Amino acid sequence: AAAMTMNADLRRERAAATFQPLLLTHILDGGPERTRRRKEIEALVLNDPDFQHEDLNFLSRSQRYEQAIRKSSLMVMKLREHGIADPEEIFWFKSFVHRGRPEPLDLHLGMFLPTLLTQATPEQQDRFFMPAWNLEIIGTYAQTEMGHGTHLRGLETTATYDPATQEFILNSPTVTSIKWWPGGLGKTSNHAIVLAQLYTQGQCKGLHAFIVPIRQLGTHEPLPGITVGDIGPKFGYDEMDNGYLKMDNFRIPRENMLMKYAQVEPDGTYVKPLSDKLTYGTMVFIRSLIVGDSARSLSRACTIAIRYSAVRHQSELKPGEPEPQILDYQTQQYKLFPLLATAYAFHFVGAYIKDTYHRISGDINEGDLSELPELHALTAGLKAFTSWTANAGIEECRMACGGHGYSRCSGIPDIYVTFTPSCTYEGENTVMMLQTARFLVKSYSQVSSGQQVTGMVSYLNDLPRQRIQPQHVAARAVTVRINDPVSLVEAYKARAARLVEAAAKNLQAELNHRKSKEDAWNRTSVDLVRASEAHCHYVVVKLFAAKLSEVTNAAVRAVLTDLCLLYALFGISKNTGDFLQAGILTSAQITQVNQHVKELLAVIRPNAVALVDSFDFHDVHLGSVLGRYDGNVYENMFEWAKKSPLNKTQVHESFHKHLKPMQAKL
Amino acid sequence: SVNPDLASERQTASFCVEKLTALLDGGAEQTRIRRAVVEAIQSDPVFSRENQYFQTQNERYEAAVRKAVHLQKKMHEMGWTENGPEYKYIYRALAGDVAFLLHRVFMRSISVLGSDKQIAKWIPLATQLQLIGSYAQTELGHGTYLQGLETTAVFDIATQEFILNTPKISAMKWWPGDMGRSATHTVVFAQLYIHGKCYGIHPFIVQIRSLQDHSLCPGITAGDIGPKMSFEAIDNGYLMLKNVRVPRENMLSKFCEVRPDGTYVRQGSQKINYFTMTSVRISLISDEVLTPLMKACTIAIRYSVVRRQSKLKPGEQEAKILDYQTQQEKLLPQLAAAYAFHFINDYLQELFDRGYREIQRKNFDMLPELHALSSGFKAVITHHCTAAVEICLRACGGHGYSLLSGLPSLYTKILASCIYEGENTILLLQTARFLIKCFMAASAGQPVPPSVTYLAAVKPGKCPAKNKSDFLSPDIYTEAYQHVAVRLISSTAAKLQDLIQSGAKKYNAWNQCTVQLVQAAKAHCHYITVKNFAETVEKLETKAGIQRIMKHLCDLFALHGIFSNTGAFLHDGYISAAQMDMVTASYLDLLAVIRKDAVPLVDAFDFTDKSLNSALGSYDGQVYQRLYEWAQKSPTNKMSPAYERYLKPLLHNTLSKL
Repeated sequence: AAAMTMNADLRRERAAATFQPLLLTHILDGGPERTRRRKEIEALVLNDPDFQHEDLNFLSRSQRYEQAIRKSSLMVMKLREHGIADPEEIFWFKSFVHRGRPEPLDLHLGMFLPTLLTQATPEQQDRFFMPAWNLEIIGTYAQTEMGHGTHLRGLETTATYDPATQEFILNSPTVTSIKWWPGGLGKTSNHAIVLAQLYTQGQCKGLHAFIVPIRQLGTHEPLPGITVGDIGPKFGYDEMDNGYLKMDNFRIPRENMLMKYAQVEPDGTYVKPLSDKLTYGTMVFIRSLIVGDSARSLSRACTIAIRYSAVRHQSELKPGEPEPQILDYQTQQYKLFPLLATAYAFHFVGAYIKDTYHRISGDINEGDLSELPELHALTAGLKAFTSWTANAGIEECRMACGGHGYSRCSGIPDIYVTFTPSCTYEGENTVMMLQTARFLVKSYSQVSSGQQVTGMVSYLNDLPRQRIQPQHVAARAVTVRINDPVSLVEAYKARAARLVEAAAKNLQAELNHRKSKEDAWNRTSVDLVRASEAHCHYVVVKLFAAKLSEVTNAAVRAVLTDLCLLYALFGISKNTGDFLQAGILTSAQITQVNQHVKELLAVIRPNAVALVDSFDFHDVHLGSVLGRYDGNVYENMFEWAKKSPLNKTQVHESFHKHLKPMQAKL
Repeated sequence: SVNPDLASERQTASFCVEKLTALLDGGAEQTRIRRAVVEAIQSDPVFSRENQYFQTQNERYEAAVRKAVHLQKKMHEMGWTENGPEYKYIYRALAGDVAFLLHRVFMRSISVLGSDKQIAKWIPLATQLQLIGSYAQTELGHGTYLQGLETTAVFDIATQEFILNTPKISAMKWWPGDMGRSATHTVVFAQLYIHGKCYGIHPFIVQIRSLQDHSLCPGITAGDIGPKMSFEAIDNGYLMLKNVRVPRENMLSKFCEVRPDGTYVRQGSQKINYFTMTSVRISLISDEVLTPLMKACTIAIRYSVVRRQSKLKPGEQEAKILDYQTQQEKLLPQLAAAYAFHFINDYLQELFDRGYREIQRKNFDMLPELHALSSGFKAVITHHCTAAVEICLRACGGHGYSLLSGLPSLYTKILASCIYEGENTILLLQTARFLIKCFMAASAGQPVPPSVTYLAAVKPGKCPAKNKSDFLSPDIYTEAYQHVAVRLISSTAAKLQDLIQSGAKKYNAWNQCTVQLVQAAKAHCHYITVKNFAETVEKLETKAGIQRIMKHLCDLFALHGIFSNTGAFLHDGYISAAQMDMVTASYLDLLAVIRKDAVPLVDAFDFTDKSLNSALGSYDGQVYQRLYEWAQKSPTNKMSPAYERYLKPLLHNTLSKL
């Protein structure tokens, strides 16, 4: 196609910005050097003809899987050719190659290899690691079963030790115990790390991990005793062969149990592991990745919706004038700008968790795990909070693009279907919220019994003191200054404290009434989830506000401050009941908050396009006709549509098969 | 055999399921007819949806065309006619998976907008499927805002023809169903020009494909717009017109005519046409919005009593996930909403039938109210139900994400309803405009339409509830909803007045208040829904436990609305902080009550397994077995070329040279 110039609307938007997007990109990347390196790696991939292919929207599922496998195998080779070994750089490379999508080797690279490193004995590493590194062995991580997901203890697969042959006998005793969902299991992998209930000397020792060969090296046929396949079409994840695995008296040598920690000796004696806190570390790490993914996915959707809203003209604002950009409508700004602010907030939260994790995991190696429980509790909730919000936000962005958002050419349907399972995997969100709640309630009872708590929950320390003074609503409310991020952090803190206290008290009341702890917990769980949400919301506002002081460029700091205020105030306006009921804000202040939200929309409006440009998604990575950097939307929608499979022939075969015979008969 | 976990749920129903089904259908006779239609359709292999989840876009399209053609035959065989009592159930039985839906719109637009002569010419041909029609309104650059359409139709006196053109790319017709591959004709909406003067948007019948070989007519560029989130079976299309000439008689001319000499004549009232557009918004609610939500509830609730996870009590079996309060809190409000909207739909249908009779008597008084109600309710119901289906999807965890659960398809389909037939935000603003006008009129002591008379009787005060059981009184919560609606409408009206008095232009003031206006319109619709639900319950027969369970659902719907929007009720202190705790307590108590009847309440929707087409939601609850069997049918389980082409070289040491 002929080179097109930039759409005039977008050019005007970019010229009117009050700050330099590149400076903000540097902040998001963590420094100019990292931006440079990221773009260097991006160019390596984008300029490589081997990674080009047809638009995935027009391919069948099998074809998409095939493309993904092709690219994955090239990717592994090219990473080594280019000497890219830093985990972050591998992540960039991989996400440019696969354009932010899952791929069949994800579990091999992300779970199989790391699990070998952390849980295999040196002997096992010798046997498995290099072949796996060279992809002679492709592995996956088979944990979830058809009948069991988040609740690990319920898994039913068994591994029974047979001292006579020194083997484990693996079985899937019921339909519900069939391994279900692991990525790469269906068609790609020839090995799996299988989690199973270990039985030795007639006793169940709980879940343990086993390396199980599932397909014949050479022919790739399933081994006798193994039934394996693809679980069929899904909402998204077309390129991933999520699989099932059924084992019937399948034997593996004793040495295939991962035995760095727990062990089964040749005679069947079981040796307990020293600590199980280590597994926390992996979970924290993966959940921190999901927080980052929430930020990125929402940023992509915002980029598309905001650029398109600057290009699309519709209806009239002023009688007799040309149709305005839809981004000029207050209702459109109200849909999109709070999401833009949220995307920025989540970027900073993701960066915070990652940094904290790296700091603490340094300690883990030195044996100081004291901070791990809090981080574990916090990331569980933040994983749920950010993925729920981003999930809804992506849909809001799609809706804001009207009919064209519904077309796959917009790219947003794809972002949504790829992202939405993160509300479920690595811990179902409601369960995650309740884990955080457990920590909050525990902290609350510590405070109640006179102890001090530290870290993000330290606000609970203030509760007993507040209770001494009778609540004087009006007197407390005036202290909130709605133009000051720091003051808004205090308001969120007060809300969290109030909801944690309310949930803890309701839980106590249920305990006083009823018999079991579990029952009381269940009957309070809606309150507990609300408390966790309020806590996470507070943490996000706090981290966003804290970020502002780190920004040196005044223009960038100004625009980020607007976003931070919008994030905090919009959150209040969506949850006014909590702030009113607790007497943190008065009705008059709520009215001011609502008004100020609308004023901020107008303030942010001139910077909206520059703010999404700062996310710096390449068009190829964005995969959206509506969100193109140059804004030439309509011409390219037409070009795109012409490639649709239904347009392969001028007259569709259905005409000859069905329409014509019918018309002849009538 | 039925999974015992599901069977036990059915033994404890507090009401008669069959009676409730009849209530939903509008009588036992209707239930009988519906079941007969469903049975006739679903026992016919041509209409099977068994492989739907495994098919490509091309295969889905072909199957839909095949079904549409076969349906003609079937209707003839069964003696079903378009005016018969069976007709409305056919679409439900097919689950919408059939081509030529726009053909119906094509026919209706000719019947409504065409002259008697045009009707006599086109309708018989269309009825016989001698031609296949579509309806081309939206363009690449324009949707809801019709005046902005750019396609032109210029009258040429010399030849007595209209010359149709797509002057630029954004003017290309885009989205019309059946137009990409199937249609031979379409109704094109274009700006009419006579002697260089523009007369606005008018409809023209344009032939786009040959009736002989289906090739495109001269001057026509048309095709499929490419893959979408759903509607794989439908060939939504694009259309470009280059100097396409149609005879003068092809402009649909019931209301406007161009005479041979180029004189433009308006005739009759277009208000009836206006009425048609609003009634479409109501007519889509049942099949396109309520049915998917009811299906989603059926699937999610049945699955939630089959799925067991974690333990509620130590030493016991793992609990059904529906026994978790958080799961109840996700699903049961959606179930209550399905019933609430079912009843409001009945109310709206009745109102429209009455309106239609009035209009035929040339009385157009009800039009503004009907328009406002249809806009607002279309927006509120589609938005609420779309969100509800997504909640059902996510409440099914990982398995909900499988296409085999049926939930992703329900979701991607229902969410389109938020956009078509008027984008929701714009519709809510239309309702708001009506509400503000009525509020002003009511304040000035002028009469207002029945649905908004409450705006005249604004009474300040506080919620009188004293304990949590008071919130189970419909009077208490209906008043609370009314209070909030009045407050939001009146405060927005005041804000508008303020802005205008302080010198803002009217349109500017309006745009500055649109966020509030949208909230006000929603509050109005929410209030009417709650009020209607409460009134419906009051009138139900007390036998067979129906009224009692519906009362619980009504309470739940109302209290859930307060619980999830506490700020609106607390704002001016109408409900106090202490009362809000009572609302929460009452609401959570209700969840446990309705939990016991959850499965019978979805059974009452009476969907066959074939209608649900879900591995998770079948009547017998054999979830895991079915999931396993269906997965094995997936085409991905046939040998994939990926192994030979890519995996084999990969696994065979191509990399070991590294």
